[in-house]
Formats: sequence, structure tokens, C-alpha cells
Amino acid sequence: MTMIFGVPLAVFMGQLLLGLINGAFYALLSLGLAVIFGLLKIVNFAHGAMYMLGAFATLLGMRYLGINYWAALLLAPLFVGLFGMLIERFLLRRIAHLDHLYGLLLTFGIALILEGTLVNFFGVSGARYPTPEALQGGYQTGFMFLPKYRAFVLVAAIVVCLFTWYMIERTRLGAYLRAGTENPALMQAFGVNVPLLITLTYGFGVALAAFAGVLAAPLYPVSPTMGSNLLIVVFAVVVIGGMGSILGAVITGLTMGLIEGLTKVYYPEAANTVIFLVMILVLLIRPAGLFGKEA
Amino acid sequence: MNQPAESPVEYQDRDGAEMLRVSDLHAFYGESHILHGVDFNVKRGELVTLLGRNGAGRSTTLKAIMNMVGRRTGSIMINGNETLGMPAHRIPRLGIGYCPEERGIFASLDVEENLLLPPTVRSGGMSIDEIYEMFPNLYERRRSQGTRLSGGEQQMLAMARILRTGARMLLLDEITEGLAPVIVQKLGQVLIKLKERGMTIVLVEQNFRFAAPLADRHFVMDHGLIVEEISAAELPSKRDHLHSLLGV
Repeated sequence: MTMIFGVPLAVFMGQLLLGLINGAFYALLSLGLAVIFGLLKIVNFAHGAMYMLGAFATLLGMRYLGINYWAALLLAPLFVGLFGMLIERFLLRRIAHLDHLYGLLLTFGIALILEGTLVNFFGVSGARYPTPEALQGGYQTGFMFLPKYRAFVLVAAIVVCLFTWYMIERTRLGAYLRAGTENPALMQAFGVNVPLLITLTYGFGVALAAFAGVLAAPLYPVSPTMGSNLLIVVFAVVVIGGMGSILGAVITGLTMGLIEGLTKVYYPEAANTVIFLVMILVLLIRPAGLFGKEA
Repeated sequence: MNQPAESPVEYQDRDGAEMLRVSDLHAFYGESHILHGVDFNVKRGELVTLLGRNGAGRSTTLKAIMNMVGRRTGSIMINGNETLGMPAHRIPRLGIGYCPEERGIFASLDVEENLLLPPTVRSGGMSIDEIYEMFPNLYERRRSQGTRLSGGEQQMLAMARILRTGARMLLLDEITEGLAPVIVQKLGQVLIKLKERGMTIVLVEQNFRFAAPLADRHFVMDHGLIVEEISAAELPSKRDHLHSLLGV
């Protein structure tokens, strides 16, 4: 059997793939955080809850409304995005003129309320969501078994990340967003409806989280606390990548997933902490993050 | 994330009529009271200046017109439309282009993106080709990051981008500040061309020598008020008086 540094190739590749999948989730979530932080300057602590809502919308949609996975892939982010826009319009906008710390506290509170409410109804143990039929099974690649669904998650996440990057960096709408991030008052003076842009941006950012939630539903137990567990790591990823950089969020997310996967192969005890070690290193050497701009 | 379909603003076009009338305008930044009842008007096709010492309230007057300050009272009529209760993003759609003192070039956008950024507010703006003809430097540097340009080029860019939008009235804040004489001269030529095209221009200016030959009327501000109005015809006889007002 082929060995890589004393580890069988199949095990090595398997962990690498798992790491990459985790990385795809980190990328999607930190991307949404970066988009929101860019324009609203708010660290969105409700992001994990939005991811969880995406998964729950998928689960409950199937259970009560007969909505299948493919429809949920579109409808759940739409639903959560609309919900996010209401939060922005009626809660965040009211405190937008205050210190950004208040936005952080408010979104943290929203996350706790959402989690608590769902725990009340569904408990914490979590429910399973079936893998969609078309994506059951897998491919035998010769050196490892590649489950179809995991391959799909990876591709879907990367496609959505690239789409988001393209929208923001290469379109006119994205130019509004980047310019609005720099100087919202001047954008208003050009006739751009900045408050609306902010509402839509927040909606889009949390819709990305909800999309990740839909992707996660067949992989992990759907439980009210699934978001907060993940969010801590995602914040570490964001710190490593640097707040506000779109491409930085995506690349850092995938890389950190891979590093986590590799650590699982060679020193499993450190797998859960390796990202935080990297975070400390980055904070010491480059406090603005790998892709962040020095203030 | 498209711009909303704005309901068409009630708009009246009356030739020769007033483009702008500011009456008893007070403006506040938080607790500080900056403008104390500013009164002036600008006719269509006119070029007027707001002169005065630093802190007299000239830039604040432009910002107040754009609804970029805190609280305002009084009246600001643009083309016969009261704008005091209008949200900031609706005001440019009355045909106003604003060029801020700090120029406001976006670092995250290249030159052409900066140029194309402000949405079209009315038809009849200059085409991108016309703009590049007027400012050839911008064409050569169109792929550069906006803030990598020289000060003069940034000023050209800040002006050029509001010419594309179809704005009929330009509010220009200290466009010659800190620029080399040859560039100041070029800006003067641009203003003359814009005036020939029928643009209405309000110029906040420190450089009186630049403004004097261009303007139809001058308004002198002090302590948040218009203290003197001087027409181009009166200027030669009032030059000494004006210099004492401006402290130059």
C-alpha cells in the first residue's frame, strides 16, 4: 500500500477531503461575514444562527411542506435572506449610528434568542436529513472512496464563492458595494440608495450562511447549536484571513480546512486547536490578517 | 441588489428660471450650529462662487444642499422643488453633481470604475469618449487604482465622473486646492467649456484669481452667513473691499 509519511494514502486523502469540505464551510461562512463587515462594519454574531436556520428551513421544509433538497438549496437561503433583511431594517439600522460594538451585541442576542427558541421545540440532539437520492453512493477513485455528496458540497461551495467574488470585484453592483464600503456619504451624494444597499448586503451575507446550512443538512445532525459550534472556528478563520477581504476569506477558509485535515492525520490531538494556533501566530506576525490591509 | 426603480421626481424645467434658491438655511453638526441663515440664489446657466475665509461655512453650504450634514432648517429649492425633506440619495436625481473637497476618489476602484461609478441621473450627460477627450490623462491611466493618480489627475477624475451623469448643476468644492498652476489653468478651461454647455455651477473657491474671471456673481460668506453679493460687473470697483473681507 502506498504510504505518505507513514500514513496509508487512502487515509491521507480521506482526511484531506474531509478537511477540504470543512474548509468549504469555513469559506462560505467567513465570506458572508466579510461581505457584511465590509459595508455594515458589524461583526455579525448571528451568522452561525443563520447557518443553523438554513439547515432547519431545509429540514422542516421537507418534513412539513414536502420541499425537496434541490428546491431548499434555493428557497432556504432566500427565506433566511429575507429574514436577515428584516433584522437589518428594523433592528440593526436603528443602532447603526452607535458604536459598532452595539451591533455585535445585538446580533449575539439575536443568535441566542433563535437558538433558545429552537432548542425549546426541537431539543439539542439534532435530526438527520437524508442525502438527496441523486447524490447517494460515491466514486471509487483507485486510491480512495469519494462520496458523491461530499464532492457536490465542495463544488457547490466553490462555485458560490467564485460567483460572489465575481459579483463584488467585477460588476457595477459590486463597484457600488466596494465604494459604499469606503465612503457611504459620497455614494448617497451620487444618488445611490445606500440604506437599501446595506439591507440587501446583509440579506445576501446571511443567505450565504443559510446556503452553507443547506449543504450541511445531509452531512451533520441538524440541531439548534450547530451554528454556534462552527462560528467560533469561523471567527478564527476570519481573523487569520483579515476582515473585509473577499478572496482572502475564501482562500483562508479552504486552507484552514486543509490544515485541520492534515493535523488529524499526523497529530489528531491538536486537530481542534490547530486553527487557533495559526490565529495566534498570525496575530503576532501580521495583526491585520494575511489578506487584510494594515490600517 | 439593484438600484430601486425610483419613482420619477416631480420636476419642472423652466428656462432662465432659478436653478437653486437657498433661504434662511441653518445647519448643525451635532451641537454646533454652523450655518446661521444662508440666503442666495443661482440662475440657470450661471457660475457663482462662494468666497470666504476657512470656516466661514462655504463647504458646509454645499454639503447642506446635498443633505450631508446633521440637522437643517430653512429652505433649499432645486429647480422649484423643495429638497429639505428629501433623502440624500434623491437629491442628485434632480440633476445635481457634487465634487467634494477631499475629492473622494475610491481606492478600491480603478480609474474607469471610478468614472463609471455615479449612476446616471438624467439624460444628456457627456459620453465616456467625450470625457476622455477632455481629460486625455485619465484615458492613459484608466486601469490604474484611483488613488494612485497625482493630485491633479484625481481632481480631473472627481470632476469628470459627475459630467457623465447628466447633472445640470455642479457643486464644486475647492477644486484648485494644492494643484500646480498649469493644472489650475486646465480646470479653468474645463469650467468655461461646461458653462458654454449650459451648466449651472456653484464654485467654493479659495483661489480668488482663479474664480474672478469665470464667475457671474460672487457671494462672500462669513460666520455662516452670506455677507456680500458682488456681480462680475461690480468686481473692479469693489476689489479692495473684497480683499479686506477675505483677508488676503
